[in-house]
Amino acid sequence: MTLSFEARVADRGFDLSFDVAPGETVAVLGPNGAGKSTLLNLVAGLVRPDAGRATLDGEVLFDTAAGAFAAPHIRGISMLAQDALLFPHLSVLENVAFGPRSAGVRASVARSAARDWLAEVDALDLAERRPAQLSGGQAQRIAVARALASEPRLLLLDEPMAALDVSVAPAIRRTLRRVLEDRAAIVVTHDILDAFTLADRVLVLDAGGIVDEGATREVLERPRIRFTAGLAGLNLLTGVRTAEGLLTDGVELRGAAVEAVAIGAPAAASVRPSAVQVSLLPPPDPAGNRLRGIVRDLEPRGDLVRVRAEGLSADVTPARAAELDLASGTPVWFAFPAAALSVYGG
Amino acid sequence: MTVLGGVPRWVAALAALGALFVVLPLAAMITRVNWAEFLPLITSESSVAALLLSLRTSLAATALCVVFGVPMALVLARARFRGQKILRALVLLPLVLPPVVGGIALLYTFGRRGLIGQSLEVLGVTIAFSTTAVVLAQTFVALPFLVLSLEGALRTVGTRYEAVGATLGAGPTTVLRRITLPLVFPALLSGAVLSFARALGEFGATLTFAGSLQGTTRTLPLEIYLQRETSPDTAVALSLVLVVVAVIVVGFAHQAGSSGLRGGAIR
Repeated sequence: MTLSFEARVADRGFDLSFDVAPGETVAVLGPNGAGKSTLLNLVAGLVRPDAGRATLDGEVLFDTAAGAFAAPHIRGISMLAQDALLFPHLSVLENVAFGPRSAGVRASVARSAARDWLAEVDALDLAERRPAQLSGGQAQRIAVARALASEPRLLLLDEPMAALDVSVAPAIRRTLRRVLEDRAAIVVTHDILDAFTLADRVLVLDAGGIVDEGATREVLERPRIRFTAGLAGLNLLTGVRTAEGLLTDGVELRGAAVEAVAIGAPAAASVRPSAVQVSLLPPPDPAGNRLRGIVRDLEPRGDLVRVRAEGLSADVTPARAAELDLASGTPVWFAFPAAALSVYGG
Repeated sequence: MTVLGGVPRWVAALAALGALFVVLPLAAMITRVNWAEFLPLITSESSVAALLLSLRTSLAATALCVVFGVPMALVLARARFRGQKILRALVLLPLVLPPVVGGIALLYTFGRRGLIGQSLEVLGVTIAFSTTAVVLAQTFVALPFLVLSLEGALRTVGTRYEAVGATLGAGPTTVLRRITLPLVFPALLSGAVLSFARALGEFGATLTFAGSLQGTTRTLPLEIYLQRETSPDTAVALSLVLVVVAVIVVGFAHQAGSSGLRGGAIR
């Protein structure tokens, strides 16, 4: 299975192209309105592009120049949405058998295939239930089985864990990791854990275009643009490689190179907000990494408060934030150990 | 115990008055039923002929409403095309049109010298003043009931299940048969029942377009109107029969409609 895709949708400002290689799982990341769902709907055939061409294994999905458009049901592409959307009038077994039966398989054969897929997602005991009798996690598990039972050439997942309780998401994620192992899939998500767990490669979308892409770890652990760093929850510092670390804005920071970069070459470095300390007075150790900043805003995040300044963020305890009397406009010092700064090519 | 649930007392009082306005005339009619003669009156030859004709034609009209109303509702709810709003308004016109006007319109369409009737006449087919005309008149007035209730249900259910079905490999007809229609079935049922009830009560369009020939076009409402002059007891007895049928039908439709809300709910 190889997908090659290129499309433009004018009124949504959507214009991008990408490929999916056989067996590859691609995660699509980006903020709301970036065009993630439009991308999936275009691939599935639920939205028509204004211009573009896409092929799956050489078969044309759409080609506006030639006026070709394949209907969704003949594409061999199934979609798993945020909500399970199990057909409420059919039993769990009939829901899973729906794909094979639509392909013309005899009812008894389709049901036995459905049982196999239910077993695959550990839900065989739910076969006779009605969708209304299932929990959200169970329903999504069945939806996975139903999507796989139609034996799609390409599987689309639209934030499959977003509507689930945090308590059941890990089990579904594990199931997905297993079934996606050797399947071609596109996963839209806003959770980078999904990207790390499921995807070989990520596309980062913003405003209808691709702003970053590459192997998952490469892109998310060594972000090269501010936008991706934000998604990955990292601080990004850019500058020039020095023997000790990185020279950024006239300040030399010491860090550990995670990738060979020639001294003097453009480089980037990342540091987790949780590794950054905040103080009002200059940190006592002048040899340590320290940067000045002015607090822009404070955002409570669970049991920590994220202190954001231009270009750098730090996570501190609420007690610490109160002790320092932090507010928008407060001048502060940020400090972090050399070991927390990863330096790589920019 | 009665719970007003925040409804002001004066609103409840007006509601009670309104309910009385509907129920009282029925009760008044029932007080006039000649119970001793009831059975013979409703089993007389003309009564039975009218009742059977009404049931037959109303069932036929309901079938026509389903055959044409379901596709119309689907097109109105799902398709996008120019003039859609105007088409919807036109389709629903019979709801607000006086039935006698509908009858006249049908006469000028299917009558001997009508738009289509003229050509049909050449082929040896006469529609006006036949049982077929009764069915057409009933279908004309009853169709909007089915279209309206089904279109609403289709919009409520939405297209998300249909999209999922399509990505699972189901073609448009399979999606319609295995997803859309089962999801809106309660609404289809209640719409069909309402259409049947409307067809059963049809008077004006039938009289204008089909006339009043015993056994051929004289349906129960026409028979009741005719008997009112000569035998008020028969008219009242037959009216009661019609009321009982209507109550059963409305009860049935109500049940189907309420289960429809449950079946069509999207989580």
